[in-house]
Amino acid sequence: MNPLTPVNPATVSSPRTDDHAAGGEPFLQVRDLSVRFATEDGPVQAVDGLSFSLERGRTLGIVGESGSGKSVTSLAVLGLHDRARTSVDGSIRLEGAELVGADEARLRGLRGSRMAMVFQDALTALSPYYSVGDQIAETYRRHTRCSRRAAGERAVQMLSLVGIPSPQRRAKDYPHQFSGGMRQRVMIAMALCCDPDLLIADEPTTALDVTVQAQILELLAEVQQEFRTSIVLITHDLGVIAGIADDVLVMYAGRSVEHGSVAEVLTAPRHPYTMGLLASVPRLSSAVDVPLKPVPGSPPSLLAVPGGCAFHPRCQARDLLPDDLCSSRRPALVAEDARDGRDGGDGHAAACHLGTAERVAFARRTVEPSESNDTRRIQGTNR
Amino acid sequence: MTQPSSAPSPTASSATAAHATAAQAPDASEPASAEPLLQAVGLTKHFPVPGTGLWPARRDARPVLRAVDGIDLTLHTGESLGVVGESGCGKSTAGRLLTRLLEPTSGVLRYQGVDITHASRRELAPVRSQIQMVFQDPYASLNPRQTVGEIVSTPLEVHRINPHGGRRARVLELLETVGLSPEHYNRFPHEFSGGQRQRVGIARALALEPKVIVADEPVSALDVSIQAQVVNLLQRLRRDLGIAFVFIAHDLAVVRHFSQRVAVMYLGKVVETAPRDALYRAPQHPYTQALLSAVPEPDPPSGERLDVGAGRIRLTGDVPSPLDPPSGCRFRTRCPRAQDLCAREEPLPRTPDGAEPGHLAACHFPGVN
Repeated sequence: MNPLTPVNPATVSSPRTDDHAAGGEPFLQVRDLSVRFATEDGPVQAVDGLSFSLERGRTLGIVGESGSGKSVTSLAVLGLHDRARTSVDGSIRLEGAELVGADEARLRGLRGSRMAMVFQDALTALSPYYSVGDQIAETYRRHTRCSRRAAGERAVQMLSLVGIPSPQRRAKDYPHQFSGGMRQRVMIAMALCCDPDLLIADEPTTALDVTVQAQILELLAEVQQEFRTSIVLITHDLGVIAGIADDVLVMYAGRSVEHGSVAEVLTAPRHPYTMGLLASVPRLSSAVDVPLKPVPGSPPSLLAVPGGCAFHPRCQARDLLPDDLCSSRRPALVAEDARDGRDGGDGHAAACHLGTAERVAFARRTVEPSESNDTRRIQGTNR
Repeated sequence: MTQPSSAPSPTASSATAAHATAAQAPDASEPASAEPLLQAVGLTKHFPVPGTGLWPARRDARPVLRAVDGIDLTLHTGESLGVVGESGCGKSTAGRLLTRLLEPTSGVLRYQGVDITHASRRELAPVRSQIQMVFQDPYASLNPRQTVGEIVSTPLEVHRINPHGGRRARVLELLETVGLSPEHYNRFPHEFSGGQRQRVGIARALALEPKVIVADEPVSALDVSIQAQVVNLLQRLRRDLGIAFVFIAHDLAVVRHFSQRVAVMYLGKVVETAPRDALYRAPQHPYTQALLSAVPEPDPPSGERLDVGAGRIRLTGDVPSPLDPPSGCRFRTRCPRAQDLCAREEPLPRTPDGAEPGHLAACHFPGVN
């Protein structure tokens, strides 16, 4: 959120309550979320029928490539999308309260206090004209009506919580005086200053080095353990997901293609896209001197999403299914147990037409070393 | 040099070089060629900065940013050398020095035995066609007003090369080599995805049949599912065309996949150089160990979920400023093994006890953790 939003005294948030919504509804429930916006080149469906839920103290990882709609989802949850050009349908319920269509004043009361956001690029997300202490204090005063002095103390306290050395002095510094990792800590301090229940972190470590990334992920895990914060972590890095998330949602072309617990999705993926992603990433333990197994093609433009299953032009399992099935019918995101008519199950769902037997056969094929087309030789010189 | 106390003395630099050659000579795994294709000895690049205050500092008192501060690198024919490090460690500057896009402040750069450290534009012309570069950002490194055909044929024009069958035929051949099709010839960069643009950049680098390609973070701007395509393409070029690669990246897993030898940089210095398997199996420098243990791998943790840091060597703090690097060993401010000696004396690269020949670590207290 923008910490410099003018303060509107009419919309000061209600005091915090810790009671849960009645009826056992999940803490955050997103149902059938669709986000469309008009662009110069035509309408774009950035998010298409997305559903997920998140409990208190849990972390959901949303993985996807550029243009998969993962950032748009986070902006829609916070109501930060451009209202003039964007239409949001479906339902987003935070502790039973509907956020889609809620008025701006109400959202403003919730943003920063109940739900907060950590952006990827802290240098653009922070204002260069205010010291970091003032920026954090402003957020706090906006929601608590406390004195300047108390808010200033809160800012210092938050900076020390996120591990910034000599916070008293550093609170007077400006964003450009911090290193990338420290700036990201400042953003986390600002997001946490009103004890939000929901923290949305959009690629919080993408711009950071691996050693600093490890520090920030550890900080998020500590914060969550201490405050039972629910975290939605958006990233393109499956390694980050493996380290911090409980559940994972894989997005492709604005749709969710696979959903389940981290252990399930990363060890036994059910969608060919997830399998392809996992197989294409080199690891510190993988075999060298063999070609990597890329996912062929590139992600589709949202202006022209392929019909049927959006992944079908790149899918290597398509030959296992009848010719026009994948290009004509869009597969629903269903748990396999439900499809087979079995009860219970782990909630591991994939949006794919492949049946169990075909999927297992395909998974075996992706894991085995293949004759890749990279073995063809290169010829031709200037001479 | 404004700070003679922390500046590397010329003797230290030459000692480093002598040591490096001595230790590398008996390594049989190196490609058998007497003379390295590209060799950097004590290569240094200092950038003067105007100062941090309101007024520029006096010319002789200007602070110096030590981007690359005396590195030794050797590249043999057909070999791939990986250079890894975090942002600001000088790896990109090193790449620009090796391609002589920048002129070194001191040190020696030799290409096929010829000193090109301070060669003039004219002297460099023949060398330039042999050492090409692939840039990180496929959006910024292609001219948006030129078609793909024009972009890829520009090197041929500049070097006045008229291949058999004409330039157009050669460009089409190059496009095919990198996995693009002939109809892409008349298209503009904005019509392509990131992966395809990077292929255009690679085709341009191949146009002059270089012996060396310096690839600076060639896949880090690409989507995850595309990265493997480009890595495989570069791998195939190295194998089939015998091009030597300097592969600069921050992703240790990608570097491991691509390189035969790896150099780890920290704050303008090479802290460890080793054949790939030795470096990843038995890293000797504490920085390399910390770097390796910080890599997140897409395998779910076996036990408790919140053990993000389990088994990791946690580095605290940030990389110090290259304007005022720490005395002695530059890593000592974040190093778990640092002792008094580390602040006093700069460690020279040497082969630690029990390490393979060709494995050099610049540390007073090397060892496998």
